[in-house]
Amino acid sequence: MSWLILALVIWAAGWTINGWLARRPATRLTSLAVPLIFGVTLVAVWEALVWGLEISPVLLPAPSIIATRFAASTGILWEDFVQTVVKGALSGYAMGCGSAFLIAVMIDRFPFLRRGLLPVGNFVAALPVIGMAPILVMWFGFDWQSKAAVVVVMVFFPMLVNTVQGLQATDVMQRDLMRTYAAGYWSTLFKLRLPAAMPFIFNGLKIASTLALIGAIVAEFFGSPIRGMGFRISTSVGQLALDLVWAEIVVAAIVGSAFYGGVALIERAVTFWHPSQRR
Amino acid sequence: MRQSVVPVLTVVGALFVVWYAAAVWLNAPWAHDKAKRSGEVLSVSALVADTWAQDKPKLPAPHQVAIELWETTVEKKITSKRSLVYHSWVTLSATILGFVLGTGLGTLLAVGIVFNRTMDMSVMPWVIASQTIPILAIAPMIIVVLNAVGISGLLPKAMISMYLSFFPVVVGMVKGLRSPDAMQLDQMRTWNASASQTFWRLRLPSSMPYLFTSLKIGMAASLVGAIVGELPTGAIAGLGARLLAGSYYGQTIQIWSALIMAAALAAALVGIIGILQRVTLKRMGMAQ
Repeated sequence: MSWLILALVIWAAGWTINGWLARRPATRLTSLAVPLIFGVTLVAVWEALVWGLEISPVLLPAPSIIATRFAASTGILWEDFVQTVVKGALSGYAMGCGSAFLIAVMIDRFPFLRRGLLPVGNFVAALPVIGMAPILVMWFGFDWQSKAAVVVVMVFFPMLVNTVQGLQATDVMQRDLMRTYAAGYWSTLFKLRLPAAMPFIFNGLKIASTLALIGAIVAEFFGSPIRGMGFRISTSVGQLALDLVWAEIVVAAIVGSAFYGGVALIERAVTFWHPSQRR
Repeated sequence: MRQSVVPVLTVVGALFVVWYAAAVWLNAPWAHDKAKRSGEVLSVSALVADTWAQDKPKLPAPHQVAIELWETTVEKKITSKRSLVYHSWVTLSATILGFVLGTGLGTLLAVGIVFNRTMDMSVMPWVIASQTIPILAIAPMIIVVLNAVGISGLLPKAMISMYLSFFPVVVGMVKGLRSPDAMQLDQMRTWNASASQTFWRLRLPSSMPYLFTSLKIGMAASLVGAIVGELPTGAIAGLGARLLAGSYYGQTIQIWSALIMAAALAAALVGIIGILQRVTLKRMGMAQ
């Protein structure tokens, strides 16, 4: 009972502090502190509720148990991280986004291809592409190559569509100006159209960054060597070792956020001129 | 629109050509193997015919998938466990339930975020962070846990769909509810409109274009959630279960037909929302 009361008190306290902070003039500090306090409150309430309601650790382990498990099995977690993220997701991400970019630049030269591929690409981008996973696992074997292939297929079309759209983002006046400078196709591409396309390209890269991790993990459900995050999650669920599952999820969350954040940071450096980056 | 019909058809036609060629290329080793064992010499036409008609090909030819689709949708009774319509219905019901739940949750959160500054500052960053987490990875756990509590069947799958589909709705609705400009809001104030009147007469109507765009994304995400949610349930029913069973037993034609079915389902669902969007926006006088 006392745990439940504690949970209520923590929740009320966190919310009051946030309410007070939110009414003050917004600074960088408050805009960082408020979500942080909210997150800490949520974790604390979770901990208190698990003990208070005596939820079995098989259903929902408390954050403290997950943290100890995380600290105890860093070796396994690191091995899975290397297998899934570095070998599967990152290599697939690089290959998929790179090839999509090159093909987008290529089809941009031919309006016929552009008009044909863009609707098809938009359509495919909305499909449940993840369903390709069992087929690709069958083709490329159980190791990381098949995971990378799934990632390539998943990130390819969002990236392609965004890059093609970005390359069209310049207006006639700007292109005419390049023509008056007697700029050829390549110098127009590098000096005007690619820089103008950067906000779109980074939008595609950001979407692809979350897709890449999902693709690599889900592909492991269809068969994998005895390591990898997806493999660990599905087998640990079978063994009811939910604390290890949650530890993997924490890794996935950290990696996902770091990946997305990293792309966003590069975007800020590259497209500093864009209105959405001004403050 | 009309001028893009020919290019699109060309691209789709080229895809089919590539598909057939790839089928020959990928299935050829098996055909050669079989011919060597029976001591025959394969002519080119025999090779092509064989690669397009294998039982468990590496890549089934389009017409094989089409025949399988026809047999499992039209010729089987829809109550039969071997009917693809039955499996599609299982997936579709979870998708729709999750989509409705996700849209409801997303709208509620968006209204809260727009009207409550504390919520805006504390919840919004976490909504965005929640999507950088590969939620599909947690899908098997959610299903096992909910099964252990005694919730089984539709709801666990729908929960995953909900988690995937609420995000685009929140982001779109927050943008939409904030889209009226200062002039319009001032106008409401000069009419002495209350907060709820401003919401119902100005903010909500002007959020509609944003809502429909996010509904389309949410629907596609919801279908993916339902399919992945079916993977760990031990392959009982649904398109995801068909994919898993197909990959266990090497039934590639079954996998491809399930995949095509899922694609058709996604296209139909998004198309329905597109039609609703056009009708609604036209009646509201917002159509472009």
